[in-house]
Order: sequence, then structure tokens, then C-alpha cells
Amino acid sequence: MSSDTSISYVASGQIPPSPPPAATTGVMGWMRENLFDGWMNSVLTIVSIAAIVLIVPPIIDWAFLRGVWNAGSLSECREIVAAAHGEGVRGACWAVINERFNQFLFGFYPTHLYWRPILAFVLMFVALAPVLFTQVPRFMLWFSLIYPVVAFLLIWGGMGLEPVESAKLGGFMLALIIGTTGIVASLPIGILLALGRQSSMFFIKTICVIFIEFIRGVPLITLLFVASVLLNYFLPPGTEFDLILRVCIMVTLFSSAYMAEVIRGGLAALPQGQYEAADALGLNYWKSTRLIIMPQALKVSIPGIVNSFIGLFKDTTLVSVIGLLDPVGLLNPIRADSNWNGILWELYLFVALFFFIFCFGMSRYSMYLERKLKTDR
Amino acid sequence: MRKSVIFGAVAAAGMMAGVASAGTLDDVRAKGFVQCGVSTGVAGFAFTDANGEWDGFDVTMCRAVAAAVFGDPKAIKFTPTTGKTRFTALASGEIDVLFRNTTWTYSRDVDLKFTFLGVNYYDGQGFMVPSGLGVSSATELDGATVCIQTGTTTELNLADFFRANNMSYEPVPIETNAEAQAKYLAGACDVYTTDASGLAATRSTFEKPGDHVLLPEIISKEPLGPLVRHGDDEWGDVVRWTLNALIIAEEKGITAGNVDDMAASAGKDPEINRLMGTEGEYGAMLGLSKDFAVAAIKTGGNYGEIFEKHIGVNTPIGLARGLNALWTEGGILYAPPWR
Repeated sequence: MSSDTSISYVASGQIPPSPPPAATTGVMGWMRENLFDGWMNSVLTIVSIAAIVLIVPPIIDWAFLRGVWNAGSLSECREIVAAAHGEGVRGACWAVINERFNQFLFGFYPTHLYWRPILAFVLMFVALAPVLFTQVPRFMLWFSLIYPVVAFLLIWGGMGLEPVESAKLGGFMLALIIGTTGIVASLPIGILLALGRQSSMFFIKTICVIFIEFIRGVPLITLLFVASVLLNYFLPPGTEFDLILRVCIMVTLFSSAYMAEVIRGGLAALPQGQYEAADALGLNYWKSTRLIIMPQALKVSIPGIVNSFIGLFKDTTLVSVIGLLDPVGLLNPIRADSNWNGILWELYLFVALFFFIFCFGMSRYSMYLERKLKTDR
Repeated sequence: MRKSVIFGAVAAAGMMAGVASAGTLDDVRAKGFVQCGVSTGVAGFAFTDANGEWDGFDVTMCRAVAAAVFGDPKAIKFTPTTGKTRFTALASGEIDVLFRNTTWTYSRDVDLKFTFLGVNYYDGQGFMVPSGLGVSSATELDGATVCIQTGTTTELNLADFFRANNMSYEPVPIETNAEAQAKYLAGACDVYTTDASGLAATRSTFEKPGDHVLLPEIISKEPLGPLVRHGDDEWGDVVRWTLNALIIAEEKGITAGNVDDMAASAGKDPEINRLMGTEGEYGAMLGLSKDFAVAAIKTGGNYGEIFEKHIGVNTPIGLARGLNALWTEGGILYAPPWR
């Protein structure tokens, strides 16, 4: 046997891995895998990039680079843009938002009382916190319970506070009042209706079915017209039944019917075994509902519930049709001011941004809640 | 069918309730302010300023009514109404008077049971087209697409006009003036038709107003004026004679500036004296104070002053007086004598 060890048939060490082909790593690889994976995707990618390049820079130019924040009228805006960027160039006239910002927030609420709706708005989050997040101390729930009364007093006045009539309310404040009332009140009513519809008691079941089917069969706009127009005929002349209150009631009834059906879907998703197990434990109806059925049914229906909430919040803009000055309703009297007549995109974009912030917030919260309540893995 | 029966019954019940209640003037006095229905926004006629105060041609006249009753143009509350809610708001008693670019028509007066109290603006339906279209008369519009607001008299007038001239058109239904403006500028329709005042106001907001022409044809009469419920003559007289006072004031050269001087002592012209309350007991006949017309005129001046301030040629809306000039100056504005 030769003892020459210079020739070896077995590798003495591990061969260092060679880098993967350049086309599959780094930016190139990522692009190949995600953007140019086959001719179809390549074409779509190129078209999308072209669309972005064509659309986005002009919008940024229009909205930010050439936007005007301080001007007294639309024609002044146009002059400023023309002076800075040449004749015929268009720029956003955000000055209207600047001038009417308070009107957008508060409607015609008296200026010296702005602190009241602001305080109500801040307290709303304090009241919502213990409901939304379990980390918040439980005694705070008592505040959540009395919050509606507090908010009502702050916004409309009374008990020593200077009263403010409903006609002065408007803007985002009005959208929030109608939206939050509808959202907060429709969930409990919806739960009761859903349970009622599943009830074995004939009378309760019939009432719930009729209510749900009737409300769901009528468009919201019809209910709003009933609130604003028809009720005036039924009530004796001179009755002071606040229009905003009427609208809040109608919106709540409308959304609770939808809520009931969403929750009924959650109830239907529970296996029969859960009901039987609750019975076997000797729990009565309310205990089994509260401890076993509802927690599971609500968890299943979270996406549907939040979906209804978001839909409801956006539907509040319908009140502009009956002459309430919510953000969309306010656009008309603002545009009728000869200073701002002809302005369109800026106003609608601003309103859209507001609704987006709130709806996106609700959507993110529902995803957080779903992750937190996930128990099946 | 069933729905309409129910609505009819409800409406009838409402009418009876309205008739049965006491006079509106007493109600207004009791609550201490006038509840005035205005538009949710028509350029120059009704809008909100930066402080959230209502202002405009219609709004100022409504304030004059409040001034006539209470001596204070601020003793008023405004209810914004849409084209759909305005008549029920008035019929149900939610508002006392409607001052909202409403055309005086037979069926509104007779069938809907309202009383029109005069005309504060004579309007008529016109057409606006881009000048690039090369059209110089409305009779050349055969086959055009037309932007038209739904639920208004303009819609019916348009159909009548095209049928009478044996032409066809394609309607593009729209809800608001803002939508019409956007659609028209985007080229979704060749023609935009609405009241001539609205067309002028709309055109004034374009970046290049010169690129659009108003066609010469005015195809309808649109007398716009205030209205109250039927069977409420005393209150109706208050509104009617407030409006007339503003028109007579222009005729006699009484302005917001000199009304105090004129009212201070009786002058040579007996009609001015009667209007100012320095002669006769004309206020008492209406159950108002002697100088109610003075307060009304002080609100925003006479008819001409209100017109020039909000919609006249020096405003962005830029409307000429035209038909709305005094009868002595070639228009048809004519108030009955104050005696």
C-alpha cells in the first residue's frame, strides 16, 4: 500500500457552495420570480408600471407641487398658479379647505363652543377603549355606559351648558354622531334580533322575522325620507321631534336588521354539539348564550360585523339628500359661494380622505381582533 | 299603486292639519323667528359664507321678511331643502315660507295647494354649448346629448321643445349643478340646459368662459318666487308686501343708505310717506309695526341693491337685469301701488 496521501479520492473538506445563478438572486431574482414570471405577467408588469408613471407624477404635481393653500377665491387660486407655473397649468386649490376647515369639522356650530364637540370626541375614545381593548381596566366600562349621556349634553347643551340647536350641527361631526350612534346601538339590538329569530317562541320569532325582513326590504334612503318628510305629517303640528334624532333612530333600525343577519350567520356556523354541551352542563338559556354560544358566534362574524359598520358609516352621507349638512351636504352651499363656485376635486378628495381614515381604522382593528381571538392553532 | 294611495291619504291628512292650525303669522310671532326654507346651495341665490352664515339673493329677501315682522333680520332660522324635500317641508309646517328658486306653475299653485306671493326673479330655460360645436341656434340641436337635471320643470320643458321642433335628443340625467358642470366640461354631453341664470353662473366658473356660448333661445318662462301654504292669507300678505316694498323702494330711489333719512319725516312723495310709515296706518292693516317696510329695506337695501350685490353684472355670476329691470326701465318688475 502506498502511503502517499497527496492523492485523495475523498474530499477532505466540504466544497464551499457556489453562489446561485445571478438570475435567481437579489433584485434580479426577485423581479424574475414576482414580476416577470412568464410572458403574461411580464406584459401586465410593464403595463402597470407605465400606468403608474403616467398617472402618479401628474397627480403629485397637481396636488402638492402646484397646490395653493392661501387664497380668497378660486379665481385667485388660478391666478397664483398661472403666475408661478405659466398660463394654462392647473393646480389644486386647497385654499377652500383651509378657509372652510372649521365648517367641515363642525358645521355651523358656534365658534366659542368648539371645545365641547372636541371634548366629546376625545372622550369617545376613552369610552371606546375598554370596549375595544381588554388591557384597559374594567371599571372604565362604567364610563362607557354613561358616555352617550355625556356626549349628548356636550353637543346639544343643557344642564347648565348653553344649548345648541340641531340645525347648527353639520360636517364631520354630524357624520360621526350618526355613524357612532348607529354602530354602537345596532350591535346589541342586532344580537337580540338574531337570538329572537332563532327562538322557539312563536310570537317573538314572528316579530323579529317581520322586523328584519321589512327593514331589509326597504332602501335606507326611503327610511330617511320617512324620517324627514312623512313623520312630519303624522306628528301633530308644532311637535319638536329633532330631525337628527329621527335620522339616528332610522339608521340604527336599518343597521340592526343587517347586523341581526350577520350574527345569525355566526350562530348557524356553530356545531349543534356546542348547544347540546351547554345544555348538558346545566346552564340556562341566558348563561349558555352569554358564556358559550355568543363568544364563538361573534368571533366567527367579526369580518361581517365590521363590514356592516363600515358600510353604515359610509351610508351616513345619504343624509345630504334630505337636506342635512353632513360633509357631502356641505359641499353644495360652499360651492354656491361665488368665491368657490366651480371647485370640485379638492372638496371631494378631502371628504374621501376623512372617510378613508375612519374606515381603514375600523378595518385594521377588526384584523387585530381576529388575530387576537384566533384559538384554533 | 297602494303606495301612492297611502301617500295621498297622508298628504291629505297633512293638508287638513295645516288648515286647521292657527295662522302662521301668530305662530311665527309666538316662536320669535321666521323658519325659512332655502336651497342647499345655488350660486348667488343661497350659500354659506366662511362664518357659516347664510347669504345670497333669496336669503337676503327672506331676512327682509324677518325684519318686517320683528324689526330684526337675524330673527330667522334657515332650513336647507333639496328639490325633493322642499314642498313637503312647507306643506307639513316645518318651514313658514319657501324662498328657493321655485318656479310658479299651475299645478304647484293649485294641486299642491301653495300660494305664490309674487316673482323675485324672472328666469327662463336656456342652452349652453361649447363654441367649438359651431351651433348658433337651439333649433340646430337635433340628435344632441343633453345634460338635464331630473325632477325639475326644465326636464319637461326640454321634452316639449324638442317635440315641438320635431327633433330628437339623448338625455344625460344628472342630480346637481356640480355634477352637470363636471359632466359638461368632460364632454359627456354636448349641451347643458337649465335656467339661464344658472347657466351664466356656471359659465362664469369655467377656466375659459369664452369657449362656451349661451344660445339665444329661451324656451320657457320660469318665474321664481316665494311661496306659503294655501289658506294662510295674512302671513302670505306679509311676505308679498315685503317683496313689493323692496321693489317699490327701488322705483322710488330708497336705498339702504338713505332709508333712515326718508323715514325720519314725511316728504313730498305721498307713496314714499306711506311706505315709510310717516303717513297713514299701513303697518297696522297687516298687524305689523308702522315702519315694517323700513326695517325690510334696511336689511340689504332695495331690490336693485340686493340684485347687484349677489348676482349683478359686477359679481362673478354677472347677470344683467334684463327682464328683472323695473317696468320703467324696460323690464317687467312691477309692484302694485302702496296705498
